Amino acid sequence: MLAYEDLVHQAEKKNLKIGQVVILDQSEQLEQTEAELRRRMAENLQVMRDSVKIGLTGERKSLSGMVGGDAAKVEARRARGESLVGDPVNKAIARALAVSEVNASMGKIVAAPTAGSSGVLPAVLLTVEEVYQATEDDVITALFTAAGLGVVIADRANVSGAEGGCQAEIGSATAMAAAAAVELAGGTPRAGAHAAAIALKSMLGLVCDPVAGLVEVPCVKRNATGATLALAAAEMALAGVKSAIPLDEVIDTMEAVGRQMPCALRETAQGGLAITPTGRKVHADFL
Amino acid sequence: MGKANVFDLLGPIMVGPSSSHTAGAVRLGAMARKIFNGELAEARILLHGSFAETGKGHGTNLALVAGLLQMKPDDERISRALELAEEYGLKVSFAKTDLGDVHPNTVKFMLQSPEDRQMEITGSSIGGGRIVITEIDQFVVEIPGDYHTLVLLHQDLPGVVAQATNLLATAQINIAQMRVSREKKGAQALTVVETDQAIEPAALALMRKLPSVFQAMAIEPLE
Repeated sequence: MLAYEDLVHQAEKKNLKIGQVVILDQSEQLEQTEAELRRRMAENLQVMRDSVKIGLTGERKSLSGMVGGDAAKVEARRARGESLVGDPVNKAIARALAVSEVNASMGKIVAAPTAGSSGVLPAVLLTVEEVYQATEDDVITALFTAAGLGVVIADRANVSGAEGGCQAEIGSATAMAAAAAVELAGGTPRAGAHAAAIALKSMLGLVCDPVAGLVEVPCVKRNATGATLALAAAEMALAGVKSAIPLDEVIDTMEAVGRQMPCALRETAQGGLAITPTGRKVHADFL
Repeated sequence: MGKANVFDLLGPIMVGPSSSHTAGAVRLGAMARKIFNGELAEARILLHGSFAETGKGHGTNLALVAGLLQMKPDDERISRALELAEEYGLKVSFAKTDLGDVHPNTVKFMLQSPEDRQMEITGSSIGGGRIVITEIDQFVVEIPGDYHTLVLLHQDLPGVVAQATNLLATAQINIAQMRVSREKKGAQALTVVETDQAIEPAALALMRKLPSVFQAMAIEPLE
């Protein structure tokens, strides 16, 4: 089984970032040069940037009409200088909503790791990029850090709501974003692992309960809260706060909790918010 | 690292909202079109399970038709697929169905060409955008669309498979995976061969000439 701890060890030993260790590994596995891998990841990054931009216009409505326009509302409040949480967190919220709204309205996104959780990573990384004036190349390396953790999670657990609930989708995205944020902010590989562990611990047990089975409610807003959670975890880890439970053990716990979760709470729309009176009404009206 | 690579976890670039109900549906449509291998005049699309129940909100209908029109999962015209089908001259209809004990995300395409050639193709979207074609004209198959694929319908007799693989060897086509199944001993058998190289028309023509081969079909992989 893969372990994130091994990636941390290699990075520490070679004095590299996790993202660089992941690039070396994937270069061998995929038989592609580092330049080629970076070019492919740059394409992903460009689609992420585009989906944020499109979503912030607030012009798109989802297929059911339940979702759309919220990213623009949050951005407008920030632009008026009225933000409660301040610019970076406000922007991360707006960006996560933006990408998720684009996804819900059949726009183009990058699954990260899934379509339903596609807002978290771009929201967090584009925000950290702005705060620390990071280069495009560093953002791409951070995307490899996130994806490397994703590969470990997929190996030890899963990234599917039908298997593990929302903790496996937006939870995994939040952990991936936290690790990448620390790296992009100049933190150590070890601090990144702590950030990811803190983030995933906070998502444990989260059920997948989509109203009418759609990737809309509560998914879109959970992307935004996932992004803020990733930033909070990264802030703690950058300050030297450690996770008492190591990341790999938290991932294994996520897998175990997913197994204990009843089927009704794993993407079947037969439990949770999906079967509230309002959830049922939305379902009946739409179908 | 593991079986998955970084681009499985960060990617694909796709039109939302769901990798299984949207991206996978586009790929199912595209694979059905590759198997049909020709112009389309009509498509009757039967939706089973979750495709029937939650398909509407995921744009599954649009995605399946987009695939039949040879679009890829990242094509931003997917949401306009029904209009584009009309422009193309493809008549599309949908119905809910119960295909029995199959994957919840399963669709059956009943396709017809302008010359009234017909074909039935069934497949499932099995997660993360991955698909598998499970039935072609009542024959049970298992085609994920990752490789060039040769489908042979033949008499269940000694040596038929060997003759076919000999032809592949002569054409310098390497076999990646292969599966043989039959109705019963001595009756009709189906061989599905996944290969690393394209199955050239010349090799396919020789297959068709083999005495115990009833049908031979070459299918391109999905991109």
